[in-house]
Amino acid sequence: MPTYACSLGSTRHVFADLKAVMACASPRRSGDELAGIAADSDERRVAARLVLADLPLSAFLDEPLISYESDEVTRLIVDGHDVAAFAPVRSMTVGQFREWLLSYAADEAALARLAPGLTPEMVAAVSKLMRNQDLMAVAKKCRVVTGFRTTLGLPGRLGARLQPNHPTDDPSGIAAAVIDGLLFGMGDAVIGINPASDSPAACIALIEMLDAVRRKFEIPTQSCVLTHVTNTLTCIERGAPVDLVFQSIAGTEGANAGFGVNLGILKEAQDAALSLKRGTVGDNVMYFETGQGSALSADAHHGVDQQTCEVRAYAVARAFRPMLVNTVVGFIGPEYLYDAKQITRAGLEDHCCGKLLGVPMGVDVCYTNHAEADQDDMDTLATLLATAGVNFLIGVPGADDIMLSYQSLSFHDILGLRHRLGLKPCPEFEAWLMRMGMLDDAGVLAPLATDGNAMRRLLAHGG
Amino acid sequence: MIDPFARFRIATRARIGLGRSGDALPTAALLDFQLAHARARDAVHGAVDFAALAGELDPVETVAVNSAAADRAEYLRRPDLGRRLCDADRTMLQALPRGERPWDIVFVIADGLSATAVAHNGIATFAACAERLPKDWTVAPVVLAAQSRVALGDDIAHALGAKMVAILIGERPGLSVADSLGIYLTLDPRPGRLESERNCISNIHANGLSHAEAGGKLAWLAREARRIGLTGIGLKDEAPPLIEAEAKTLLG
Repeated sequence: MPTYACSLGSTRHVFADLKAVMACASPRRSGDELAGIAADSDERRVAARLVLADLPLSAFLDEPLISYESDEVTRLIVDGHDVAAFAPVRSMTVGQFREWLLSYAADEAALARLAPGLTPEMVAAVSKLMRNQDLMAVAKKCRVVTGFRTTLGLPGRLGARLQPNHPTDDPSGIAAAVIDGLLFGMGDAVIGINPASDSPAACIALIEMLDAVRRKFEIPTQSCVLTHVTNTLTCIERGAPVDLVFQSIAGTEGANAGFGVNLGILKEAQDAALSLKRGTVGDNVMYFETGQGSALSADAHHGVDQQTCEVRAYAVARAFRPMLVNTVVGFIGPEYLYDAKQITRAGLEDHCCGKLLGVPMGVDVCYTNHAEADQDDMDTLATLLATAGVNFLIGVPGADDIMLSYQSLSFHDILGLRHRLGLKPCPEFEAWLMRMGMLDDAGVLAPLATDGNAMRRLLAHGG
Repeated sequence: MIDPFARFRIATRARIGLGRSGDALPTAALLDFQLAHARARDAVHGAVDFAALAGELDPVETVAVNSAAADRAEYLRRPDLGRRLCDADRTMLQALPRGERPWDIVFVIADGLSATAVAHNGIATFAACAERLPKDWTVAPVVLAAQSRVALGDDIAHALGAKMVAILIGERPGLSVADSLGIYLTLDPRPGRLESERNCISNIHANGLSHAEAGGKLAWLAREARRIGLTGIGLKDEAPPLIEAEAKTLLG
């Protein structure tokens, strides 16, 4: 096994193996400290980055961080690696790779060709050498476009998931939040409910309700009830109008087992959703959520740092050509991401690393009440992500999710970002907003008169 | 001004129809949110006045302990430390005088993630639980635990040699409720117990589960746990609703 070490003055920093280099090179975060794998000094953190910068990218092909034999995610990564796509960067070190990614040579087309040649470990490694600004610059150059009834990820666009959750799945309560969001131009990425009940019957009722609203107003969008993938399979078998299939995923086989899934079940669900042929502009039918810390939380991280585990989850995601993937970045709590500084960094890492792998990344910009963060911090992260070209953000009424008891962005926040940065909804949805008389020719969605046409029609529903 | 969302507001507590100042929130809605978040943070970062709590519980015997997490900042970063006692307090609990037979149950009142929950609902919930237990059960001194996670109850009960532990603990505050208390019941407690080996009664607060309802459920679960010899997913909560007579007494 190679030796990983560097000397700084009189101190020689030695790292036991490649995953120790990776863990120590990560920016400080509470989850890696909780796992006992973080650098114990700031100098050691930089020492690990110095070692990492000089490693060849191919080191990650030679020394899997989690063994091929014991983990199906590793097998997916190794077996799916595209050697031809990797060729342009195969002789680079991680440090050289960072410089190339930032160079003008690495344009949209070059990055798209490269994506199948990258493994999550290479991407995680280079991200550890990047500042926040680098993460935004590289992500901005990646384009991942997906389609179902809307086309997401196009330049100059910012999608939004409308999240109308209710603690008891009350249909009127959910309908009210849907209407509120539509009046802000939300919902072009998906109208997606986290249900309180896991019963298939309850989920079918919600799926049918969302589908009825969509058809009644002829809204070009897709709906999703974010229940376990096996529940959604049952819903499909019972004939429910399922658009997207949701599942939480993680970056190791063990952590996925904790979610009650494996690659086989995900494939089965993708096939079932494809068989319904409900998409009109594309056939991306999967929706995945992820978040740093899930592998440690499931005690299935194999000593690998939480950010690298997270990027491995994107390798799982890309195997199923998803419509939407988002990290729920601040949801997991302060024992994994302590404060706004850590949440912000993680959000930018997740977005950039997912995009480099060719995954259609969105972000749930969010926090819990025991984390050191507030709505000011969400303003900052949302603005950084929109600048970096994030595919979509998540909006809930007034930023307060009364079902999951955490704070995300409000509809106001996302609308304001669109206006300030000149970003529009997906083209199909933009056309609908114009037909409804909500959007003017300049792409501005001004406050609506309570007696206006759109307001009256939408409010008349859901009573 | 007409509120177009008026008829929806009975169906949801969601912050719908807030209005717009340009693209931003109107001032009242902005400050309303900040007040809710401030209360949630105060609940997380507040300290329970355990000395006052012990005074109010008197003549019920109490003993105060601290987890291995030294302060709030460490507690939030290191849930593993909040799940075990500091060594001095474990030794102290082990040395407490014991009865002729092991305690049937020990109650722990713990700060968890909401000091406000303990201040508002701790004593009343404990009293409602204790008075509904079988009269012949032996109840250990009430343990008042600072910087505590749910699993600290296992360490406490193991040190005391108690057969069952009920930990009353502040739940993570949301914006709408910052003072919700939860109870976790574990039979044969010892370090290493899994979450699936506990029963949980959650959402105890003024607009949620009442103290009496929580006490009724806890007493039912504790008796059943002893009868069938387990807690957790094998013990389903089939406690009858508050019996009518008791409900009437409460209303009266």
